[in-house]
Amino acid sequence: MASASASASASAAAHKASHGSHGAPALKVADAPRELEREPLVLNERPLGWITNAIAGVCENPMPKWWWPAFVVSFGGMLMMFSLIAYLVSTGVGVWGLNQPADWAWDITNFVFWIGIGHAGTLISAVLFLLRQKWRTSVNRAAEAMTIFAVACAGVFPVFHTGRVWFALLPGYLFPAPNANEIWPQFRSPLLWDVFAVSTYGTVSLLFWYVGLIPDLATLRDRAKGFLRKFFYGLFSLGWTGSNRHWSNYEKAYLLLAGLSTPLVLSVHSIVSFDFAVSVVPGWHTTIFPPYFVAGAIFSGFGMVLTLLIPLRSLFNLHDVITVRHVELMCKVLLATGSIVGYAYGMEFFIAWYGGSPYELYAFKNRAFGPYWWSYWSMITCNVISPHFFWFKKLRSNLVFVWIVSIFVNIGMWFERFVIIVTSLHRDYLPSSWGYFTPSWVDVMTFVGSFGLFMTLFLLFIRFLPTIAISEVKGVTPQADPHHPLGGAKGHH
Amino acid sequence: MSASPLKPHALLAEFGTAADIFEAAILCRDAGFSKWDVHTPFPIHGMDEAMGLRKSPVGWFTFCGGMTGFSAGMTMIWYMNKFDYPLVVGGKPLFTPLYAFPVSYEMTILLSAFGTLFGMFFLNRLPKLYNPLFKNERFKKATDDRFFIVIEAADPKFSLEATRAFLTEKCHATAVEIVED
Repeated sequence: MASASASASASAAAHKASHGSHGAPALKVADAPRELEREPLVLNERPLGWITNAIAGVCENPMPKWWWPAFVVSFGGMLMMFSLIAYLVSTGVGVWGLNQPADWAWDITNFVFWIGIGHAGTLISAVLFLLRQKWRTSVNRAAEAMTIFAVACAGVFPVFHTGRVWFALLPGYLFPAPNANEIWPQFRSPLLWDVFAVSTYGTVSLLFWYVGLIPDLATLRDRAKGFLRKFFYGLFSLGWTGSNRHWSNYEKAYLLLAGLSTPLVLSVHSIVSFDFAVSVVPGWHTTIFPPYFVAGAIFSGFGMVLTLLIPLRSLFNLHDVITVRHVELMCKVLLATGSIVGYAYGMEFFIAWYGGSPYELYAFKNRAFGPYWWSYWSMITCNVISPHFFWFKKLRSNLVFVWIVSIFVNIGMWFERFVIIVTSLHRDYLPSSWGYFTPSWVDVMTFVGSFGLFMTLFLLFIRFLPTIAISEVKGVTPQADPHHPLGGAKGHH
Repeated sequence: MSASPLKPHALLAEFGTAADIFEAAILCRDAGFSKWDVHTPFPIHGMDEAMGLRKSPVGWFTFCGGMTGFSAGMTMIWYMNKFDYPLVVGGKPLFTPLYAFPVSYEMTILLSAFGTLFGMFFLNRLPKLYNPLFKNERFKKATDDRFFIVIEAADPKFSLEATRAFLTEKCHATAVEIVED
């Protein structure tokens, strides 16, 4: 923070110097070293009030025409998922096409897929905050919302794959609490670590999101017209007045939450990968899994952020706040994490050969050339090849192209989890325990329905909450800086 | 403006730019006010020093939360899997901090986050749903694009006329109003 404000005041000084030299005698003094010109984060020098109106306007004005059809379709998908879950609970987990030897298939694939998507939100909100990447302010709110909704979708699958859910949710099985059987959960199992990791992740993400929302809810409260809006925004903004005594504690708390979320997000997908890596199944039992899963999670999450934000920005005319530069920077993250993922795929194969275990080598040969070859090569096409288009600035700034690639990333990352889970399980050590998993219609429609849940929550979020962090975007404009001429600093005229 | 029949709660001074309120805050600090505050739509860098605030102690709440989380996690796992119901699974030890670590780690983060959030609420005395400032129409801009200084009538150095003159003439506020209790 200190360095940021120092450089800002240096640029203000440079500004003063250049103005001061107007009409001065011909004596030419060497120019003061000038800070490299940075592209502004909000285009066209929009005033602070414009930012409030543009962002708060989205959730105050009536929703555009497409909102209701989109909501009805999403809501229908959500209801379909709930009905299929009711069918599963009343009939048995067999309706999901799970059978020996593949007892995990689409359920855990979907779980890892959704939880991975969440990681981009935390990365943008926490890691980029600690790294002082100010561009994050335009996208962090929507990305955090995405995280929370993705974790909600993720939670559905592991909970209901237990079949008799009441046992999973009763005290003593997943969550420790005294119970009539006097048994406790088994803390040596990575599956229990997962319960703690995912529930902590969901809770902390929600807290972090809410803390960020408080000042913006106060903005909405102060602009609210109807009684209900006044009441609810007033209630949830907790009486925020923008007091600097409050900001002081608030900023410290925000920094600490960012500092806590960073090791959290790294640990969550590491622990998810332990579900596999701690077992002794060939194809799963590898030490590369934690970093490889974390990189993959960030890759998939940024894919989903782009899939959501590119349409959002044009549908709500937020071009000056979510700029092409933001999209380009996110494409660079895709390129970096996609390369790590590609490297991990290669390294897995190398170790399978170099490690000298015939079972491990077989598992990997079977992945690429066995009965599930099509899923392996879909994964490679989407995850290893597609991000490398982003070496080219022309392609990074072509939003239609970026959007299409982001869809490929989503598909590829779903296939990655499918490949890891199903190809490792479907052929056990003895050929008598070989099988071929095929999803049932319930599998497919439950997954489709989870997108309905996700989109329903996201559309409600657009409808009622500020999609962009208003106060944070204001904070990175030059008008916010008391030492910048646009912030009203004297001496430049 | 004639004297208000109601007791004044505070004087509210409005400013148009970040630089103006920054300089005014320094003047208020140097004038020795104690019950006063700056209200801005976003945090202004350097305002804590300009107001002369001490460093925020939120970190202590985070620390206590984290320590509680870690020790609660370790103790819980030791109690459940080693002490209360010892059960050998896969020949693994009944307790070792290694297998207890992932869960204790998550609990450290969870309770640190709760400590941070509720510590911040406690220090800021939030939620506070009633505030005399909310009755002022002009103050609604404090969450939009205007900057305000509020000096409370309870401040020992407060005097309606002198403070008003100080805010208008010395601090160059664009408007000064009385906020009624």
